[in-house]
Amino acid sequence: MTDTDKNNEPISQSCQGTPWKDETQTPFIKIIEVSKRFEDATAVDNVSLDIYRGELFTILGGSGCGKSTLLRMLAGFEPPTSGRIFIDDVDITDMPPYERPINMMFQSYAVFPHMSVAQNIAYGLKKEKLAKAEIKERVEEMLELVQLTDFAKRKPDQLSGGQRQRVALARALAKRPKVLLLDEPLAALDKKLREQTQFELMNLQDRLGTTFVVVTHDQEEAMTLATRIAVMKEGSFIQTGTPGEVYEFPCNHYVADFFGNINVFDATVIGNGEGTVEVELDTSGTRIIAPHHEAISEGSRIQIGVRPEKLLISTEAPTGEQYTITRGVVEDLAYYGNRCVYRVRSHTGRIIQVSAQNYQRSAELLLEWDDEVYLSWDTQCSVVLSE
Amino acid sequence: MSIIANPGNRDRLWRSSVIALPYLWLGLFFLAPFAIVFKISLAEPLIAQPPFSPLWGIAEDGTRKLLATLDNYLFLLEDKLYWVSYLKSIKIALISTLLCLLLGFPMAYAIARTPQPWRNLLLLLVILPFWTSFLLRVYAWIIMLGKEGLINNGLLGIGIINEPISLLYTDVAVYIGIVYTYLPFMILPLYTTLEKLDLDLHDAAADLGGKPLHVFRDITLPMAMPGIIAGSLLVFIPALGEFVIPALLGGLDSLMIGRTLYDEFFMNRDWPLASAVATILLFILILPIMLFQRLQQEPQQ
Amino acid sequence: MKRSPTFLYSMLAFGFAFLYIPIFVMMLYSFNDSRLVTVWGGFTTRWYTALLENEQILEAALLSLEIAVTSATLATVLGTLAGLAMNRMGQFRGRTVFSGMIAAPLVMPEVITGLSLLLLFISLQELTGWPASRGANTVTIAHTTFAMAYVAVVVQSRLASMDQSLEEAAMDLGGRPFNVTWDITLPLIIPAMASGWLLAFTLSLDDLVIASFTSGAGASTLPMVIFSKVKLGVTPEVNALATLVIAIVSLGVLIAGWNILKKQRSAHG
Repeated sequence: MTDTDKNNEPISQSCQGTPWKDETQTPFIKIIEVSKRFEDATAVDNVSLDIYRGELFTILGGSGCGKSTLLRMLAGFEPPTSGRIFIDDVDITDMPPYERPINMMFQSYAVFPHMSVAQNIAYGLKKEKLAKAEIKERVEEMLELVQLTDFAKRKPDQLSGGQRQRVALARALAKRPKVLLLDEPLAALDKKLREQTQFELMNLQDRLGTTFVVVTHDQEEAMTLATRIAVMKEGSFIQTGTPGEVYEFPCNHYVADFFGNINVFDATVIGNGEGTVEVELDTSGTRIIAPHHEAISEGSRIQIGVRPEKLLISTEAPTGEQYTITRGVVEDLAYYGNRCVYRVRSHTGRIIQVSAQNYQRSAELLLEWDDEVYLSWDTQCSVVLSE
Repeated sequence: MSIIANPGNRDRLWRSSVIALPYLWLGLFFLAPFAIVFKISLAEPLIAQPPFSPLWGIAEDGTRKLLATLDNYLFLLEDKLYWVSYLKSIKIALISTLLCLLLGFPMAYAIARTPQPWRNLLLLLVILPFWTSFLLRVYAWIIMLGKEGLINNGLLGIGIINEPISLLYTDVAVYIGIVYTYLPFMILPLYTTLEKLDLDLHDAAADLGGKPLHVFRDITLPMAMPGIIAGSLLVFIPALGEFVIPALLGGLDSLMIGRTLYDEFFMNRDWPLASAVATILLFILILPIMLFQRLQQEPQQ
Repeated sequence: MKRSPTFLYSMLAFGFAFLYIPIFVMMLYSFNDSRLVTVWGGFTTRWYTALLENEQILEAALLSLEIAVTSATLATVLGTLAGLAMNRMGQFRGRTVFSGMIAAPLVMPEVITGLSLLLLFISLQELTGWPASRGANTVTIAHTTFAMAYVAVVVQSRLASMDQSLEEAAMDLGGRPFNVTWDITLPLIIPAMASGWLLAFTLSLDDLVIASFTSGAGASTLPMVIFSKVKLGVTPEVNALATLVIAIVSLGVLIAGWNILKKQRSAHG
């Protein structure tokens, strides 16, 4: 990343490549061993996190996982019980919110009801004591950015939900913060608007290059928006990675389940290879060599997960060494047009879910209820889940 | 708002003044006066300016000596007038509260069941008297209750009585005055709880075979309890120390404690005794006041 | 209960009759030419003329208005600060005592408040020489003290229902605590402050007991004058005064109520 000259409109400052894998890169936001304890509960438990310049970083978790508290500590509304927070190498832990180079878009948008759209956007600039002409110029720039130029004089109660969201966004960006925090930015919008806004948000971030930290409970939102996702539960991060990493290589059952469906088999470790572990599935006795980068001691109880779309369903056994194969009977099926979801009872008696693309054009179902089928998956697609 | 980690001096000054200004005002003009009342209640009355003895005196050997005395409190116990006054105040306040409840509950219930916009209009009519002068409204009852007042004239007219009965300057007038003045304070909290009460619950209970009276006892009454308690305290507490109503409508024997205190202070100029009367009244009120405050704080938590 | 709305509505009718008949009778008698309540001596406005020529009443009314405006304004400032302290300043030492002091004046019997304030003023005078005399100044202080509690309650309930992220957003955008209060909180609680002011104003205009205790010689407020007159029985001038007061207040309340209703309608439609 290079700092572009301020006068030149940067083409794109947003995060390129994978700085988190590059050891020469210094993180832009450093959260070091931060905890927040309230009288009767620990909301954030010894959390450390590095976020790089220009990232669109998402913190994902259910309600009460501590994600909002973490965001509020970044904004300065809650002092951490312990730990430090750095932004751009400056310790901001003890800095009040009005001095931090951070702005936030609130879940309720918090658009000031007694001020017009333009006054809302100008508020932060006035507090910065910028010259009147400059304020005017920046407000106009922001109005254009969020396409609200015609609404400058409106009061918030004359705006739609989506427009209010854009006012909140423009207001927070007007101060050109180093970091923009977004608390459930799309939760208050209806489904259609949400999808559209999602792309607008990504484009905007790409154009401005501001580091975004988004908090959300919606895994779809997190997947589509984020450069990286941190999954949070009970005050700690359980996994941090790109959307692809957390989806394809979930570290445990909880993460796997959070991002869509997964079939889980109980298994016992029987050996370790190079980058692999050999396990035996409890119910069928099938032996699998699954990819895993750490050795697990023999005899450990683990789980093997396979996503429904990784499973192949067929009436004949596939050939090839890489496949793990099991047999079963179609017990239930659901036709979605573009794909079918089958619930297959395997010969060991458990239900396995399969999602298959309908790549052939046929009005008739390829498989019917009670059909005998083979289920198979590429062993590379098996995920070792701890716990 | 959350408290910021490390505010600057300017911001701390602002915060301190927001707290300190009303705090100091109330400390000086509300809390301190009670200490003074208590102090004077321990003094002896003097014919002097001010008409009470100092709390500290110089003893014969030149040391400071505490002159506090419990004489005033002992006197209050001995003289029948005072504890009759206290008991009578409690009795009048209790009965008035009950009367307010008996009249206010059906009124609040009827308002809660009236459809909008009539409901708002009725509420406005309940609140309206509160904004008009309390003193003038009490005075209106002098016109109503006098020997030649409207009520006596009416009763004479329909022949229930043959000669005017004494209403004004009796306890009955005091009861009427208190109920009249404090009725809105009973209706409003009752209405707030009854408004939330789901009428479907009644239908459900009735549907399950509940007799109307049982439905009322098992569903309505328990759910309206917070309103009943709040309303009762809002009537009972000020009624106990009421001065204007017994002074204007009551007879010479309607000695409520507020009036006794007033007379003791202004007529007899016995400040220490008046202070002792006030101190004891405050003690009687502490329990209901604390109960009321707890009720006020509960919904906020 | 559902089966007997007749009972409920007759109680309602009785209640309203109880609340309003005395007021109407008093208003009616303000136009009665006879001093006697029993006799209708014909229509007259002479009591109004007498009222307007009664300098004692007029002077007292002026004094009362002056005290009410000053104390309501002071009470609004102090009560708003108290509401902010209770609702926006987090924990501070002595908060429990503070919340007690704010709530207590609401339920304190007036005789106690009046007596204790008078004794305070006398003690202060002995110690510091201030207040040199008692009158409008001491009554104003007394009224401010008990009215600020009412303002604090009104303001507090508005603050409690306000979306706090508005203030956080202002702070996030660079507003210091003072700016946030001035730019965001105060504009949004102005309606509550206004009704607090009106409440304080009404309470002050209406108060007899506390004013009787804390006022000095020569400074009689309107309720004090009315009280001394009506203690002796029915006074036609007071009927006229009452009619005027009630008419003005009712008009004000009705206009305010009408406006609120209209606002609600337009908000829903």
